[in-house]
Amino acid sequence: MIEFDRVAKRFPDGTEAVREITLTVPSRRTTVLVGSSGSGKTTLLRMVNRMVEPSSGQVRIDDEDVATLNPVTLRRRIGYVLQGGGLLPHRRVLDNIVTVLRLNGVRRRSAEERGLELMDTVGLDRALARRYPGQLSGGQQQRVGVARALAVDPNILLMDEPFGAVDPIVRTDLQNELLRLQSTLDKTVLFVTHDIEEAFILGDQVVILKPGGVIAQQGTPAEILADPADDFVATFIGAERGQRALRVEDHNGTQVVVDGRGRPAGVLAEGVPRQ
Amino acid sequence: MNLFREAFAWLFAPEQQVGADAVLVRLGEHLLYTAIAVVISAVIAIPIGYWIGHTGRGKQVAVACSGAARALPSLGLLTILTLLVGVGDAVLAATVVFVVLGVPAVLAGAYAGVESVDPDVVDAARAMGMTEWQILLRVEAPIGLGLLLGGLRSATLQIVATAVLAAYVGLGGLGIYIIRGIAIRAYEQMLGGALVIVVLALVLDGVFALATWLITRARRTPVRPGDLGGPGPAETAAGTAQDQTSRSPAAATEGSS
Amino acid sequence: MTWVGANIAQVWNLSVLHLWLSVQPIVIGFVIAVPLGLVAWRYRWLRGGLLSVIGLLYTIPSLALFVLLPPVIGISVLADANLVIALSIYAVALMTRFAADAFAAVDPVVRRSAVAIGYSSWRRFWAVDLPLAGPALLAGLRVVAVSTVSLVTVGILVGIDSLGLLFTDGLQRGILAEIATGIVMTVVIALVLDLVIALAGRLLMPWARRPPRRRRWLPWRSSRTSARGATAAEVAE
Repeated sequence: MIEFDRVAKRFPDGTEAVREITLTVPSRRTTVLVGSSGSGKTTLLRMVNRMVEPSSGQVRIDDEDVATLNPVTLRRRIGYVLQGGGLLPHRRVLDNIVTVLRLNGVRRRSAEERGLELMDTVGLDRALARRYPGQLSGGQQQRVGVARALAVDPNILLMDEPFGAVDPIVRTDLQNELLRLQSTLDKTVLFVTHDIEEAFILGDQVVILKPGGVIAQQGTPAEILADPADDFVATFIGAERGQRALRVEDHNGTQVVVDGRGRPAGVLAEGVPRQ
Repeated sequence: MNLFREAFAWLFAPEQQVGADAVLVRLGEHLLYTAIAVVISAVIAIPIGYWIGHTGRGKQVAVACSGAARALPSLGLLTILTLLVGVGDAVLAATVVFVVLGVPAVLAGAYAGVESVDPDVVDAARAMGMTEWQILLRVEAPIGLGLLLGGLRSATLQIVATAVLAAYVGLGGLGIYIIRGIAIRAYEQMLGGALVIVVLALVLDGVFALATWLITRARRTPVRPGDLGGPGPAETAAGTAQDQTSRSPAAATEGSS
Repeated sequence: MTWVGANIAQVWNLSVLHLWLSVQPIVIGFVIAVPLGLVAWRYRWLRGGLLSVIGLLYTIPSLALFVLLPPVIGISVLADANLVIALSIYAVALMTRFAADAFAAVDPVVRRSAVAIGYSSWRRFWAVDLPLAGPALLAGLRVVAVSTVSLVTVGILVGIDSLGLLFTDGLQRGILAEIATGIVMTVVIALVLDLVIALAGRLLMPWARRPPRRRRWLPWRSSRTSARGATAAEVAE
């Protein structure tokens, strides 16, 4: 469990990135921080592994104040995935995956064995182990980034817009992969995105942030859809444009679901005639 | 072209093969002075350059230093220092001048190398739990090696060229043939000496080019068409420093979103 | 400093001569290097070969070049032309790479939109490519100018007069002030030329004066993003 206790962050240039946020991130669930740029979502995420120090307030992991922990040891037990993977360009894929294991003093042989298993876990062909990151596609690099974060089997996984740099088809793949992984791994995932669709797909809990670092609403996707807290949230999730207000129309016996403007969004499964 | 034939004849004449004035002895002197000065420059400049690159502090000072080093006439430095320490200590004076001219180039290579590393990569390394030393030694230094080699390369060539001038203040080395040839109006000797100097410079340049190529070759493979996103192949060769310029501002805005 | 007082006329004459010997190769080098840089940028297959061959010229130590050049082109070692041509070669060697990089750095989107508006390639070069590459070209020219002024002094070793005369004469006669004056005047000429080029750039390209940017704060290396071009120039040289 990660708890943000009235944390705030003001940068030396006067920007207020986060304003007094209190938030609980439950264990073994995926919590998505979503907001436009300047909403402080990345700053909030980076407070967990002390990449950013809050100006005030406290961040606790399982009731332990992170400020009292050594940042280096703290970071080694938290997985971190960022956009583009942030892979070391001068090391091969497998060396990238086992970096932290090697830092922790695990022997090369057993670290590499574990690394290859992780490549299977994230759906990477083992044949890629000896390639350099520059020789992989964007989607593959991102998978390497996830494998690297999972290497030390951390309880917490921080993901900072990890799928922002890949094309929509690959992004869908990666999202599904993450859902599949999470169903078996049960990590405490804190995920940052600016894409509300992604937030609703991945999040058990979704936290919508307003510019200036304020929580607009938090809850399950269904709760937020059912009852947007204010106009900001309604606009952000697309409710006011009628995108979220779906109704069923009958087209020659097929139940077609349309949005507020009458654009088809899909078909109702029960209404599909069997072939 | 007759002069060149005479120069080669001079170069391969038996007198040039033996004794204290033999071409190989002068070449050895030249290389020794160069090597000593490059090593001293590197020992001074690499730690400072890494510190500047890693912390981002003192960059203006480094830039100003290399600007000043370019403006300072090396012959002027050589003569004034020789006069100050006495002609007997020409080696000391010359070495000081070599180092003064070598340090800025190595410094620039060292800090540019560290600075060329994608900030996202450094960020990821820190988030993984690398200490600042580990980031410097395992991430920034190896990725920046190509640019550091570029700096060492220009320092070496600068020092080789200045060592030619140092014959004027009595240092010896390959420049002696030119200086003496002018004094006694022996053009074949001047030309022969100049040819050896050019070959030396080109060979040293080639050695650095080869080293840079060997180090960066593995990571050079281009991203295949259709691939998206992510850091591209690390173009760390000395000549491709410019490729790095476009990348950082966008990445730096990630910090507080 | 009594030496300076007694020899002020000589110092002045040598300075003027030195300036004249510096300006010629700087101008010649620029005029030759910009088209070469353009060619290197336009024809990518040429770029690698052209830039490496030209780069090799720069590795030749200056004194050796002053000796090698006369028999090749058939002039006297003592001729001013020897110095001017040799330093023009260095200027081209340095400037061509700067020029190729300057053209490569022009935003391709701007270039494409110029084509889309209907510029012919000739007019696009003068109206878009050249002015947009201008600031980087001038930055390169400043590096060339400063190093040329310093290299002119080497000519004295083969008998071509310049402020370098103060170095050799000062060493032979043991006059410290004479050498010091030579160094100071060389640096002053370099700085003056540097300043003139910078000012010309400001007058010709007012858009290149960027407003002071608000710096992003990061917990480390806060000045990372500033002046990266300078870094590239340092190392390329």
